[in-house]
Amino acid sequence: MNEDEVFYLFSLAVASISLLLLALILVVLVQYTLPVIKEMGFDYFITSSWNPVFGKEKYGILPYFLGTVLTSFIAVLVGVPISFGIALFLTEYSNKTLKKYLSIMIDLLAAIPSVIYGLWGFFVFRNFILDYIEKPLHNYFGKISIFSATPTGLDFLSGGLILAIMIIPIVSSVTREVLELVPTEIKEGIYAIGGNRYDVIVYGSIRYSKNGILGAILLGLGRAVGETMAVSMVIGNATGENALPRSLFSAGQTLSSLIANEFNEANPTSLHPNALVGAGLVLLMMAIVVNLGARAIVSKYKR
Amino acid sequence: MISLRVKKKVQNTFLFLFAFLSTIIAIIPLFSIIFEVIKNGIEAINLDFFIQLPGPLGESIGGIANAIQGTLILVTLASIIGVPIGVITGIYLYEYGKEKKSTLISFSVDLLYDLPSIVVGIFVYITVVSPMRSFSALAGALALAIVMIPIIAKTTEESLTLVPPTISEAGIALGIPKWKNIVFIVLNSAKNGVLNGIVLAVARITGETAPLIMTCLGSNFWFSGMDKPINSLTLLIWRYAMQPYPSAVKKAWGAAFLLLLVALALNLLVKSGGERK
Repeated sequence: MNEDEVFYLFSLAVASISLLLLALILVVLVQYTLPVIKEMGFDYFITSSWNPVFGKEKYGILPYFLGTVLTSFIAVLVGVPISFGIALFLTEYSNKTLKKYLSIMIDLLAAIPSVIYGLWGFFVFRNFILDYIEKPLHNYFGKISIFSATPTGLDFLSGGLILAIMIIPIVSSVTREVLELVPTEIKEGIYAIGGNRYDVIVYGSIRYSKNGILGAILLGLGRAVGETMAVSMVIGNATGENALPRSLFSAGQTLSSLIANEFNEANPTSLHPNALVGAGLVLLMMAIVVNLGARAIVSKYKR
Repeated sequence: MISLRVKKKVQNTFLFLFAFLSTIIAIIPLFSIIFEVIKNGIEAINLDFFIQLPGPLGESIGGIANAIQGTLILVTLASIIGVPIGVITGIYLYEYGKEKKSTLISFSVDLLYDLPSIVVGIFVYITVVSPMRSFSALAGALALAIVMIPIIAKTTEESLTLVPPTISEAGIALGIPKWKNIVFIVLNSAKNGVLNGIVLAVARITGETAPLIMTCLGSNFWFSGMDKPINSLTLLIWRYAMQPYPSAVKKAWGAAFLLLLVALALNLLVKSGGERK
């Protein structure tokens, strides 16, 4: 065996650690979830009761699944247009210096640890949301069910909005890359037939790069689905039936915040830890599906 | 004609306002976070803050020294495990990743990269904490190392790909073995990028909280062994932030101040380094 073969085998062995870890993670999580599925049956996925008390144990993760879906949806609904606006501002309206400093600032949003987002969310952002968004909406549109619950600032809306801020760096930077790939000929063509900047962007850039933008949105969604700490500090941490999303202003829970909040309190001899690991498994599946979709789109686009 | 011109003008103005306001809306939280963390954090900072244990909850004395110690230990240990594995995986992906037989490995690095970090925590809980019957510094460091590996692998691969092929071809032309060419010539040319990736991964795990909750738990005491629970800045922030005691909340802000300083400094370091290149 020559030295290059040794090198190949050595690097192969080290790189295989990732494959091994991934396989182990899947096997271990599935194995650990099985007991609770055996006990609860399919109800584990489609019911809402949650009772870790010994002898009365009942676990249904539907509300937390819906909570993850709802908060991620809010994040995308709010975060994506803002990210798109930033990408436009940087590609169309900024000179080189402004572009440099603004993009550093947007990137720094991604550098802030999520527990600090949570701390800020709990003491600052929550009050802002409560006073300027939730109370007015509740007062004027309180009859509509999504605005009906009494606002506290610790609810699905706060969770979703803090996620919206957190996905801005990734979505805006990918969108920017995609917009910069739009060929000048397309833009010039639209200007040549009398279009203005609006026409160029709406009929040129957006049409040309819609797949790339979709990829960026999915990347943001993937980030939102897996995020834990910030959401766990502002979502209100309801469990069971109460955690079902009835209103934007009701306290809720996501799969990841449930795990963070309850894991250390779970009695190892009950099914409680198994039920929480199952929530992790569902979370993992959601993250993998969304990210695989994003990656397939983005990589096809870049080629 | 006039109405068309007005319409076009309105469209352009609308677009500009949309882009401009979006940027402002995104920047406000950044400044608000930095401002609040400095304002509230600075009050907590004094000598005791750096050298004392937290003490009983609710007492206004004490500091967060064990959390600082814990974060340093966890990040160092995680890096000792995670950096070499990450870099070598990156080299493998660069050199052999395009070949069909390694599709599975590059695919799993991607998936590992996408895993929510709390899932990594659960995995380490089941495989390490549960059999050892104790939360431990070791488990926390392992969880952080797993978070680190795919990040470093991907940045290393990317930096290696950016090295002009002429450099590696020159090495091959000299007749040196492939592995020496990769390690001493290609990796050496890419070392800035690789180092940047490592620094970013360190910054990332310094701020990680979720995988530590179920692995090293947190503690009120000094580090007392790899097999014992250990505190970290992030765990302290999370646990103290929602306590009803103002003194605990103050410590949380103080810890956040320290953590934010480190996170922003490491990220800006990479950014300024990246420009000099």
